[in-house]
Amino acid sequence: MYAYDEFDRAFLAERVAEFRDQVGRRLSGALSEDEFKPLRLMNGVYLQLHAYMLRIAIPYGTLNAAQLRRMAHVARVYDRGYGHFTTRQNIQFNWIKLEELPEAMAALAEVGVHGIQTSGNCIRNVTTDQWAAATPEECDDPRIWAEILRQYSTLHPEFTYLPRKFKIAVTAAGHDRAAIKVHDVGLRLHRNAAGELGFEVLVGGGLGRTPFVGKSIRDFLPARELLSYIEAIMRVYNQYGRRDNIYKARIKILVHEIGAEEFSKAVEAEWAAIRDGALHLTDEAIAEIRDRFIYPAFETRTDQPAELVDALADPRFATWHRNSVHTHKVPGYSIVTISLKPVGAPPGDATADQMDIIADLAERYGSSEIRVGHEQNLCLPHVAQKDLPALWAALDAAGLATPNVNLVNDIIACPGLDYCALANARAIPVAQEIAKRFADLDRARGVGRLHINISGCINACGHHHVGHIGILGVEKNGQEFYQITLGGRADEHAQLGTLLGPAVSYEQVPGLVEDVVDTYMELRAGPHELFIDTVARLGVEPFKERVYAAH
Amino acid sequence: MPLIEKGHIVEDSFVRVADDEALPEGASVLVGIDRFLTEAEALKARQAPVGVVWPNNRPIAEIAPHLGQLSLIALNFPSFRDGRAYSQARLLRERLGWQGPLRAIGNVLRDQFLLMERSGFDQIEAVKEADAEAFDEATHRYTVFYQPATDARPSLLRQRLGRTVPGVRS
Amino acid sequence: MAAPQQQKLKVNGPVAVTANRLTDGAVVWRTKAGGWSVELADAAVVTTADDALALLAEAGQRDLDAVGPYVAPVIVDADGALAPGNLRERIRVAGPTFELPH
Repeated sequence: MYAYDEFDRAFLAERVAEFRDQVGRRLSGALSEDEFKPLRLMNGVYLQLHAYMLRIAIPYGTLNAAQLRRMAHVARVYDRGYGHFTTRQNIQFNWIKLEELPEAMAALAEVGVHGIQTSGNCIRNVTTDQWAAATPEECDDPRIWAEILRQYSTLHPEFTYLPRKFKIAVTAAGHDRAAIKVHDVGLRLHRNAAGELGFEVLVGGGLGRTPFVGKSIRDFLPARELLSYIEAIMRVYNQYGRRDNIYKARIKILVHEIGAEEFSKAVEAEWAAIRDGALHLTDEAIAEIRDRFIYPAFETRTDQPAELVDALADPRFATWHRNSVHTHKVPGYSIVTISLKPVGAPPGDATADQMDIIADLAERYGSSEIRVGHEQNLCLPHVAQKDLPALWAALDAAGLATPNVNLVNDIIACPGLDYCALANARAIPVAQEIAKRFADLDRARGVGRLHINISGCINACGHHHVGHIGILGVEKNGQEFYQITLGGRADEHAQLGTLLGPAVSYEQVPGLVEDVVDTYMELRAGPHELFIDTVARLGVEPFKERVYAAH
Repeated sequence: MPLIEKGHIVEDSFVRVADDEALPEGASVLVGIDRFLTEAEALKARQAPVGVVWPNNRPIAEIAPHLGQLSLIALNFPSFRDGRAYSQARLLRERLGWQGPLRAIGNVLRDQFLLMERSGFDQIEAVKEADAEAFDEATHRYTVFYQPATDARPSLLRQRLGRTVPGVRS
Repeated sequence: MAAPQQQKLKVNGPVAVTANRLTDGAVVWRTKAGGWSVELADAAVVTTADDALALLAEAGQRDLDAVGPYVAPVIVDADGALAPGNLRERIRVAGPTFELPH
């Protein structure tokens, strides 16, 4: 947990006061909507189909119990009793009133939570691995570096009106849970042969209308030079990124048009001029940020304590344990994923009551810490294994123990046309219908790991390009149609999916997905060959033949 | 449009002259880049201060050979959402060492004043009278600044460590 | 992506002008009296592109009551009752198409 100090608290209070003033000026007419819109967006306020939406940042996916409880409070008092966790470690409230927004924001600011830079053409909430500081795979806590970037980018005077939005993700583990290859900048923290920390820097990844996998422009950037190098990237982009066409304004287009090599040269030239300047991070500066992260006082424990072994005799608990509990770096502890994908419910939604329950459980069993992952599930990163049975019983009672993490009905979906002003087609009901087809979790488990991602428009908030099965909603003559892709992935082997065939209607989607899955079950080399590997081995053709013959 | 210099509303001592207008006798003039480049000799011969509006789409480094004959540099915000001039301003101050007046012109609104000040602008030509009057409030809303920029405000990285950064203008 | 505000106006049938209320974002419809109503039934309905553009221009003159006005299709039944003319507008009027969390 990162502890905000008096500077952070003062800043947030000042930000709330500024936004209150801006809302006041808008309501009085001193600001036109054109002038106000970028200001509200910079505070995470959108105008959607039915109401204003407030997007709150969960920097590097880390929350404490008090913060989650405050989100429950905001959901209850200012919204309709629930919130939606997004694919970028944010939470959204869908029914907020503009008049009440300053109050809601003040309530959130009291616990160090805000919507700053969750929208707008600025550096957005920096995301990372939801298992940070818990997984044995990582070389350092990536949140340290995400926090340094958060501070650096907050209200940056030079980079608040970029050509387009800018998303940075950091991973410090070999297995990438932060999807860094599909971000504007992806940072892979690793150690060189001398044992020093540094970043591989990727640029120009992204999804949306023109998807790209990021290109590596530096193998090893010494960690203490992170900010000057990022500033060099931002300065090149701010000056030379396209501003003539909103659809070509992301950094990926600039990198694509001039080439990664040219882009890298421009960055290196800019960097050479600033690397020894004010942004050089001293060891003290890094240590100061590092010291503000509070880690649990892990006790000396052993794996597989008696309480756990006994409980594993219960098949329901054992099933959940196999699915939702992961290896921790400290013996006797585990990482627990809380599925926000109960079959038939909107993916990623949590009610205020559920948020309160999770906050309580985090306090009781998880060092008061909660994480949010891009898969739209929550996570308790530090749970003593002896507490797992009690935790499971409490989660189960609250409808939060569906053992479907990473399975076919753990579907990632954007809000789609049911909420979003940009969407062309619905996403949530499609996810619900597909999930119901696999409601028999034994069947879903038999299928194994399979990520379905659904976006309601080409902006790709549901990351459909990198779903093992990707589903993109489009509009044809006023009707909803869906394009299906296979073989995308968001991890360290990131790649974009391949189109399966012609778009199908809303009603046809669940059946088609079922056919794809059945085809995989038939064609796979064995139960250990994952869906994504079968697609890699065979391509989409065999799927296409089978699926379109049936429809 | 009201001009704010170092926090105060002032009279503009420069006359903005379009490319096809005659140069007013003896007055300080602010001209566009084309005129500045094509009439460089004539402008020098006038013996009156000259300022230039440097365009967003021309690398600011190219202004370096001309700095000696300039008394004002203006950078344009075609829309307040277009932030290229922030980078140009910082480079002018921090890289090219420009100490003279640096003016923000165009679609310049209250909510961007602070960013402009932090990026090195010391003159701001506001679109709205009410915004100009609110300058002091708009630039003192915050007491905390996370990152170092061109201005002398202590940034949090430094505040926390009690260190100062060389090369930053005060 | 292609919000109606960004699309070229095509009018083949009855249309109304809709927007979101500034204070709370509620869906509102332009009325014959030149105001805004949360009831679709109160909407001024026109059937030609010229009339729709005129209604839209008049609605857009002041952005203090409602935000982002655009022309939306409506259905007029035999009794003259109004219904939203496409899925997007049905969702705006009736809310999301699934049960909300509670």
